[in-house]
Amino acid sequence: MTTRHEPGHAPGHEPGHQPGHDSVSEQHENSKRSTVNRLSADNVTLAYDQRVIAEQLSVEIPDNSFTVIVGPNACGKSTLLRALSRMLKPTQGRVLLDGQVIQSMPAKKVARTLGLLPQSSIAPDGITVGDLVGRGRYPHQGILRQWSAEDERVVRESMERTGVAELAERYVDELSGGQRQRVWIAMALAQQTPLLLLDEPTTYLDIQHQIDVLDLCAELHEEQGRTLVAVLHDLNHAARYATHLIALRAGRVVAQGAPNDVVTAELVREVFGLRCQVIEDPETGTPLVVPAARAARARTAAPRVGAGRGTGATEAS
Amino acid sequence: MKTTRTTTRTPAAGPARASRTAPVPGTARAVRTPGGLSFRLDVRALTVVVLLALAALAASVVLIGTGDFPIPASDVLKTLFGQGNPGQEFIVRELRLPRVLVGLLVGACLGLGGALFQSVSRNPLGSPDVLGLSQGATAGALMVIVLFSGGATAVTFGALAGGLVTGLAVYLLAWKRGVHGYRLVLVGIGVNAVATAVNGYLITKADFVDAARAVVWMAGSLNGRDWSQVRPLLILCAVLLPLVLGNARGLRMLEMGDDTAYALGVRVERVRLLLMASAVLLTAAATAAAGPVAFVALTAPQLARRLTLPRCLNGAGGAPMPGPNLLPSMCMGAALLVTADWASQRAFGADQLPVGVVTGVLGGVYLLWLLVAERRKGRI
Repeated sequence: MTTRHEPGHAPGHEPGHQPGHDSVSEQHENSKRSTVNRLSADNVTLAYDQRVIAEQLSVEIPDNSFTVIVGPNACGKSTLLRALSRMLKPTQGRVLLDGQVIQSMPAKKVARTLGLLPQSSIAPDGITVGDLVGRGRYPHQGILRQWSAEDERVVRESMERTGVAELAERYVDELSGGQRQRVWIAMALAQQTPLLLLDEPTTYLDIQHQIDVLDLCAELHEEQGRTLVAVLHDLNHAARYATHLIALRAGRVVAQGAPNDVVTAELVREVFGLRCQVIEDPETGTPLVVPAARAARARTAAPRVGAGRGTGATEAS
Repeated sequence: MKTTRTTTRTPAAGPARASRTAPVPGTARAVRTPGGLSFRLDVRALTVVVLLALAALAASVVLIGTGDFPIPASDVLKTLFGQGNPGQEFIVRELRLPRVLVGLLVGACLGLGGALFQSVSRNPLGSPDVLGLSQGATAGALMVIVLFSGGATAVTFGALAGGLVTGLAVYLLAWKRGVHGYRLVLVGIGVNAVATAVNGYLITKADFVDAARAVVWMAGSLNGRDWSQVRPLLILCAVLLPLVLGNARGLRMLEMGDDTAYALGVRVERVRLLLMASAVLLTAAATAAAGPVAFVALTAPQLARRLTLPRCLNGAGGAPMPGPNLLPSMCMGAALLVTADWASQRAFGADQLPVGVVTGVLGGVYLLWLLVAERRKGRI
């Protein structure tokens, strides 16, 4: 398999700038060289029991970026996110948060710096929206500081920001999927972490609610300067919203950088095994992936399998 | 706490925020002190706790007055406060008070233990009865009775050891990168079956006298309990209650799934292990003191939940999902057990029926009702 980066290489060698984000990406390039980013995975090997998902994987999350991790199913993107959020301990290597090994830090301190919206959460039966969002304040609370005026203010702001303020007294299980996802995001916001990790925040939502959630993420990133890391399935959404894209395949970083530089027909074929055109999104000017027609793909599939390319099997299936 | 005020505190920043001074709807009320301390105040839960505690105490007074030598409630109260006549003094203080206290404590332990287990397993059936802890404690007690013909103290320790070993076995067998709801319940049901089989075997091996003792013990009874059983239970509760309540906030977060709790900074497996160990200790101690009193641990948390959760009372949708309704469950357990003990003495003549039979009947009826209600809602 060809990879653009050897794993272990420091990221940021991708030259070029994203139009319209020049100053921001320039700052990223500089900060990568001079200072260390707040969150990074350093040569980690990730495994569940005996099943190794990724080996010697190194990833840096640029500060103040909206980083999106993409890749085919089972490429290890959620696993990487779990490792970055200290939910999965690497069998080798380490995840660093502010220069410290994340596992060695006090749990609540990490929770005040780094928030995570997991793929599946359980809304306890009979819980109101206000109560659920309020639970995001847990890392800021203690036995003697259980529900301060500050907690109340932050919860109110988080609900207003996500547009669920008027639902505060409703029961969470009576809400629609889109509303519920907003409530969970509000809970993660109430945690007030400069870094926020989201594991497939748009899954199970219809297109309008997907865009809603992504708009919200973009606002959080742009207006509050939070660093966001999201795992997304939809490559076009990723290309449109991300300021930094990380493409994974089989536990390796295939490419990373600004979507305009990274998303090419070649990369999509390499990562997803899909023949496509990449055109300019008429709305935003970001790359737009248009899969090739079925007939065209069928024509090209046969010779590539014959040529023994690793991606051929995936493509043929 | 004289300067305490409820949450209508004006935020320090900014004018024209009058609308923002009201508490966030749908969240808990809080009590705040000027020093920056704040405490959640769930008025409804607090009311339920107070009412249930009063009910348990009232039932206790009635129970103390009940027996071959009836004493009116007013005299019971007088005696408890040290103003009774010597005869009543002896009956109340030496004979009946310890029995009632054991009942209160056993009920409280079972209620609290049940609430912890149901919350950790996120399953209303995840109670110590179903998970085999009661049967495990029984196995320990029966081994002492049948194999060693041990005395009362030895039986108590046997039950305690049996409960702890069973709890450990369930935890280890259910452990796979953490302990989770359904796995815990299924493993528990399996362990329960094994322990029941062991108990059956022990009874068939026993001679007539031991078998009779064993059967009486297995029904669960408060007959003849005295001060020697009150003290260890009291000490255990005094140690475990602060520990459990100190971790209750973490348990609340665990309701939302391990990942979410973890993300919020809860040390998930540590909190769970600690609380499960506490629950096992509470249940084992209660069983050691009174025998396997059936169904209190299963029903008390669910009944308490129906009182504290407004929606459950209204019956408008919503499964009885477990929540760490710890103090209400504890008080409900105490009230239930003392009331059941009173019923067992009163309804069928003095000391005719062990309390475990009454709670078993009540619990069985409750379980049927729960299943029927769930079926109506189309959940089963």
